[in-house]
Amino acid sequence: MVETGHFALVLAFALSLVQMLVPLVGARTGNQRLMAVGGPVTITGFALTALSFTALASAYAGSDFSVANVWENSHSLQPMIYKITGTWGNHEGSMLLWVLILTFFGALVAVFGNNLPATLKANVLAVQGMIGAAFFLFILTTSNPFIRLNPAPVEGRDLNPVLQDLGLAIHPPLLYLGYVGFSVCFSFSVAALIEGRIDASWARWVRPWTLVAWMFLTGGIAMGSYWAYYELGWGGFWFWDPVENASFMPWLAGTALLHSAIVMEKRSALKIWTLLLAILTFSLSLLGTFLVRSGVLTSVHAFATDPARGVFILCILTLFIGGSLALFALRASSLTAGGLFHPISREGALVLNNLFLTTATATVLVGTLYPLALEALTGGKISVGAPFFDLTFGPLMLPLLAIVPFGPLLAWKRGDVIAASQRLMAAFALALAAMLVTGLFMDGASVFAALGVGLAVWLVAGALTDLAVKSGAGSVAPAVMLRRFAGLPRSVFGTALAHLGLGLTLLGIVGTLCFGTERILTMRPGETVELSGHTLRFEGLFPQKGPNFTEDRARFLLIGADGNANGEISSAKRFFQARQMATTESGIRTLGLSQLYLSLGDEGNDGSVVVRLWWKPLVTLIWGGALVMMAGAAMSLADRRLRVGAPARRRKPAAALTSPT
Amino acid sequence: MTRKQKRLSVIVAGLAFLAAAAGLTFYALGQKASYFYMPAELATAGVPPGQRIRLGGLVENGTVVRGSGATVAFSVTDTQKSVKVTYTGILPDLFREGQGVITEGAFGPDGVFVADSVLAKHDERYMPKEVADGLKAKGVWVESKSQ
Repeated sequence: MVETGHFALVLAFALSLVQMLVPLVGARTGNQRLMAVGGPVTITGFALTALSFTALASAYAGSDFSVANVWENSHSLQPMIYKITGTWGNHEGSMLLWVLILTFFGALVAVFGNNLPATLKANVLAVQGMIGAAFFLFILTTSNPFIRLNPAPVEGRDLNPVLQDLGLAIHPPLLYLGYVGFSVCFSFSVAALIEGRIDASWARWVRPWTLVAWMFLTGGIAMGSYWAYYELGWGGFWFWDPVENASFMPWLAGTALLHSAIVMEKRSALKIWTLLLAILTFSLSLLGTFLVRSGVLTSVHAFATDPARGVFILCILTLFIGGSLALFALRASSLTAGGLFHPISREGALVLNNLFLTTATATVLVGTLYPLALEALTGGKISVGAPFFDLTFGPLMLPLLAIVPFGPLLAWKRGDVIAASQRLMAAFALALAAMLVTGLFMDGASVFAALGVGLAVWLVAGALTDLAVKSGAGSVAPAVMLRRFAGLPRSVFGTALAHLGLGLTLLGIVGTLCFGTERILTMRPGETVELSGHTLRFEGLFPQKGPNFTEDRARFLLIGADGNANGEISSAKRFFQARQMATTESGIRTLGLSQLYLSLGDEGNDGSVVVRLWWKPLVTLIWGGALVMMAGAAMSLADRRLRVGAPARRRKPAAALTSPT
Repeated sequence: MTRKQKRLSVIVAGLAFLAAAAGLTFYALGQKASYFYMPAELATAGVPPGQRIRLGGLVENGTVVRGSGATVAFSVTDTQKSVKVTYTGILPDLFREGQGVITEGAFGPDGVFVADSVLAKHDERYMPKEVADGLKAKGVWVESKSQ
């Protein structure tokens, strides 16, 4: 089975070479038969990659330690779920997952792209083939997961305990679906540049792909954040760690792309800019892959450092980013410019959004790469953390968030700010009230806290205002309004949900950062501690045995006002024998939208233990907001106009009628 | 305005905006980035009390003192010089004597380094890269047996 997987991977590489060459030549020479090769080859390539991945996963599931990769990252006593997720809990396996998802997206284009112009489809598949070929070669030459060991060891070295968590089952696949999903937008852009023209179907296709990728990336980042929050035991949800930034940059650029693609689709303006953004977004995904996989950064994600890998990915990076940008420089001027619009209009607002988001992306990029560049050039070692990003990223986000509610209320082509402001009066009043209440009545609220809460309420109320205005609130009878509300296009709901989710996330961040409390103390069994109105009693430490670890579990009872226990929180120190490694499992109890968070420190000889305790108000909204954003993207995708593969031939005349002016 | 003028004004406004952001970024890089030092480098670096830096090295054997509550005192050494550090909070699981750590914080007026974070990575083979490089440069690096 393992050799079958290895062989399938080699075949998939060979097919990716066919995929990158044959359709391209076909499109160039106008040969229908050569172009038609693209589809089946792409689908077969996906099937082979899937076979290869399954082979590795089954070696993991069956604890086949004759495979070096399995031996290094698995253990026979691990629960089955971690055996399977361990497949991508290492460098080689995670690269295999990367190409699996890449070929999956390629196959989706091949299957659903029947109504694309033949040359565009052929070129898109060819570009996907190029990316695939580069990464297949990377895996086969530097990161082969199928290498055998002889003699086979009896026992594996275990998966890194930090990764033995359900988060590993969700975070990497979601993140990769996002990262790699942008490859489709990239391929469409490069294909358009190769052809030298952007037609209407290009715009209709890029938007849904961006939405899909963005939706998964949002989920992947949120999941990664929650995982780090509960696993690392530091109580933080975002550390501005270079590895986090690596996924955040494509998200920011992808968000900009999402918005400029709207302008392009509806107004056929900003064509060249959208195309450039699509290239940049995937370039940032590649950069993220490089930063995380090459070992230039030390983190949980850098499984092993091998200079050859770093150099190889750097070559891929240079080739694709350099190549696509060079192609852009050569061809962009030949593309037709789009429609005109007044600065104050929906388009204008979206341009402003793009300006803020891309600049924010640039500041994150500088903050992430500067320490690397400085070390390479001068040998000086610096770390760029939260204080830097608070000063650069923060000031860019505040005005952007403040103008978000205006965007959807402005008309296309020429908008009226005064009319939009009047409609937002109620939302503004609500935000102001929230700000005053926070500032005046909440203990220990700073100006920033009040401003933050106000801004979050402004975003939420603004999103709801948009829905109310579009269903005719105030001007029509309630029954009519309800009917109109139900009949609103799903993309309108999508926008409102996404903006609302953003407000919720902001509320969660402000609540946690500004109103959270924390205590560190030494506790003996029977002692109680009080934090922000919650009383906890330490019951003691209880040794337990897990499948591949032993642990000391500290139990705490949550004492209610009546003196009775109404809940338990437990936190544990785990020790994994195979790696001789200790981890701390934090204890979390969700109360409403807030959480009590508890982490263990050193144990004393008398049964006492150092405890760090946090009260995190509204913290769940941080990730809840991201889920709402994802729901918004899903809603938008379900819009008839945008459904993947929806632009069927019969609907084309209608689309052509609405797009000009 | 003609189309060209319009485009030009948009570009100028965009560039002004970018310039402002770039200015802020460089200011922040100068002010908010924290430099990494090993104990021996501190003598020549002249770091004033209160300035945030990262201090890396090995936890010196026999120096870890658990004080009252959750405060811990220890020394960080590069085998040539050592620096006293205090930290209040929960130490990482892998913190132990002889282990490489990176602490972040600032010197107090009494010359003791007050750390607000201590990092030791979750891996028995791990030595923070900065610390490993620093020790190699000093010629006191010993390849660990497990590697």
